[in-house]
Amino acid sequence: MMSGAEIVLQALKDQGVEVIFGYPGGAVLPLYDALFQQNAIRHILVRHEQAAVHAAEGYARSTGKVGVVLVTSGPGATNAVTGLVDALMDSIPVICLTGQVPTHLIGNDAFQEADTTGITRPATKHNYLVKDINKLAGVVHEAFYVAKAGRPGPVVIDLPKDILIGKGPYTEAPQTPHRSYRPQTEPDPAAIRQAVRLLKQAKRPVVYTGGGVINSGPEASRLLTEFVRMTGFPCTNTLMGLGAYPSSDPQFLGMLGMHGTYEANLAMHGCDVMLNIGARFDDRVTGRLNAFAPQSKKIHADIDPSSINKNVAVDVAIVGDAGRVLQALIEAWRADATPQDKPALTEWWRTIDGWRAKDCLRYRQEGSIIKPQHAIRRLYEITRESGRETFITTEVGQHQMWAAQYFGFEKPNHWMTSGGLGTMGYGLPAAMGVQIGHPDALVIDIAGEASILMNIQEMGTLAQYRLPVKIFILNNEYMGMVRQWQELLHGGRYSESYSAALPDFVKLAESFHATGLRAKTVDDLDRVIREMLAIDGPVIADIAVDKEENCFPMIPSGAAHNEMILGPDQEGGVAGVTDEGKVLV
Amino acid sequence: MPDSSETTLRNATIAVLVENEAGILARVVGLFSGRGYNIESLTVAPVDEERRLSRITIVTSGTDMVIEQIKAQLDRLVPVHKVADLTLEGPHLAREMMLIKVVGTGEQRMEALRLADAFRARVVDATTGSLVFEMTGSGDKLDAFIALMQPLGLKEVSRTGVVAIARGAGSLQA
Ligand SMILES: Cc1ncc(C[n+]2csc(CCOP(=O)(O)OP(=O)(O)O)c2C)c(N)n1
Ligand SMILES: [Mg+2]
Repeated sequence: MMSGAEIVLQALKDQGVEVIFGYPGGAVLPLYDALFQQNAIRHILVRHEQAAVHAAEGYARSTGKVGVVLVTSGPGATNAVTGLVDALMDSIPVICLTGQVPTHLIGNDAFQEADTTGITRPATKHNYLVKDINKLAGVVHEAFYVAKAGRPGPVVIDLPKDILIGKGPYTEAPQTPHRSYRPQTEPDPAAIRQAVRLLKQAKRPVVYTGGGVINSGPEASRLLTEFVRMTGFPCTNTLMGLGAYPSSDPQFLGMLGMHGTYEANLAMHGCDVMLNIGARFDDRVTGRLNAFAPQSKKIHADIDPSSINKNVAVDVAIVGDAGRVLQALIEAWRADATPQDKPALTEWWRTIDGWRAKDCLRYRQEGSIIKPQHAIRRLYEITRESGRETFITTEVGQHQMWAAQYFGFEKPNHWMTSGGLGTMGYGLPAAMGVQIGHPDALVIDIAGEASILMNIQEMGTLAQYRLPVKIFILNNEYMGMVRQWQELLHGGRYSESYSAALPDFVKLAESFHATGLRAKTVDDLDRVIREMLAIDGPVIADIAVDKEENCFPMIPSGAAHNEMILGPDQEGGVAGVTDEGKVLV
Repeated sequence: MPDSSETTLRNATIAVLVENEAGILARVVGLFSGRGYNIESLTVAPVDEERRLSRITIVTSGTDMVIEQIKAQLDRLVPVHKVADLTLEGPHLAREMMLIKVVGTGEQRMEALRLADAFRARVVDATTGSLVFEMTGSGDKLDAFIALMQPLGLKEVSRTGVVAIARGAGSLQA
């Protein structure tokens, strides 16, 4: 017999957990006591429970393991909710252990009681309230299976204090399959053959992949690269999918969607066969649905059947793990003797190269004011020269889109951004989690001056654990993305989007035992980046950038891919955006 | 032109076999409200004590695409074993039970009893001034009976919602 707290820790150890991100409180004191008396699992004390979840997400996304969080009841659990929804939207495997008042007080409005399973039901993939210590070990093991299996996601285990203190048996992870949850990972061979038949005959194909390829593991990205190269098809990635296909490869069209490249979006619009693997036809990607890829046959492979035919009706549905699907596609492609329409493909590439020639990500760095695009470009080039393994996280806003556009990713799991929920405050704690998983790597949070303040307290965590995370702030003194929409869609009325009364980020860094650097003009930029990289400790680099720069290309909400705006000078611009478009976020 | 599967609404009776555990109903109801699906009727009860299974029957409506979504969304809930669209998968039986109270005397009361007989409604409670009928049938039949009782002193109705099962030898197995 062991105490409930010991059972939890034993189950975590058996599941291979090495680190927990957490914050203590009354309801979880038994777990903290058990943690104190062992050495196998390391605890990272964050400064806010939301950050614990984002840190676990960063850890999970960069290592492929499950991230683990431990928070107390009531406010500890409610503070974690944003992180949980973030992990849900981006399909990140996270286990969140929440304390709870003792079972006999549940429902009595006890001190620090919250209906955690009620609150987190729509915020998680699944959740548990453990009321019987005999089931505790089994629930923890099951939670790991659920978090990882099929489409990954966050799982909450709510632990009443009497369960943590009480004594019960430990059981090992069961070898039997789960009673009810057994997602399909192997694709149906008939669907694969049907897909290959369409792809072989394609005249204007495009491969569009998302986070599902990343989540499947690095092998899926390798197979994607193999498949795209053997077919000669153009490939584009979603924001969540960047790194699955090497950005430097000539067959890569860049990111697609609202701030995607001209060539990626027009290839989507003009294609005759689209192969979507592990992406979900999100509204940021499709633009106006009734004008989305109007002449195309669509093949959609996803591990989650509910993602298929949700927003967009498809011609071939393949349920399965992205890696297994790609493996099957490669084999079926080889086995199918139908010749490809090479002349058509050559013609298609000629069209695409015409779009590419627009050079839609071109910007002009003139004068001394730093263009934000240039700052990211230089950050990319200088880190690449350094040869160090580099992980990028971001906050949310224009800087996030510029990071996606101007930083090149060659490998999966090196780019962590809040895609589905778009959570400002994600980047710094996520970077902490990445750095814990990769102590020797270079981890950079590309931030905006507004977002960074949303979890700035985590500077304390960086200091405590000597995590050498670099925070690279594109400081435009605006909630730039809000300002951009106000400029383009709301008559330039900048309602509440100015970042007034900002802290002195250099002094702020120093007060948190970190180094603060500042670049005011373009002449400072390279020096500041190099200095930042050379410092063996946490750094905030405050980069003063052009305050009114907008993020282009842009597909205004409610517009179609071929109605994208390339830059500020484009005739017409967003004049055509209707109220119907404006209601969209 | 969107094809008709994307615009025409249809009804669907969906049977869901689930783990009989706390919170399962909240998960299903939360899914419907959170995603804006209709619920016209929802019933739930344990059907296999030994294997801890309950069966939920949901009557909903939507386009084919939405109903396919509803099924897929239900199916990915962790405690859900099986989901079947009975409407789509072949002929099925759908029944509802109702208790209906009628208050009245004299000719009104006699007329209520005569109609109940024609509808095969059973008298399960009677006082000198009131009757309670129990009646099972399709929702339409129940609706028709309620309408007839309206002028005859209808006081109260309690309905179970729809339960359904496929015709023939096929069955929904966990
Ligand atoms: C928690 C949260 N609140 C509000 C928003 C809405 N929002 C999206 S971008 C943005 C502005 C971000 O400003 P900043 O961090 O300075 O980035 P910039 O766009 O200037 O690069 C806001 C308020 C959000 N995404 N997340
Ligand atoms: Mg800003």
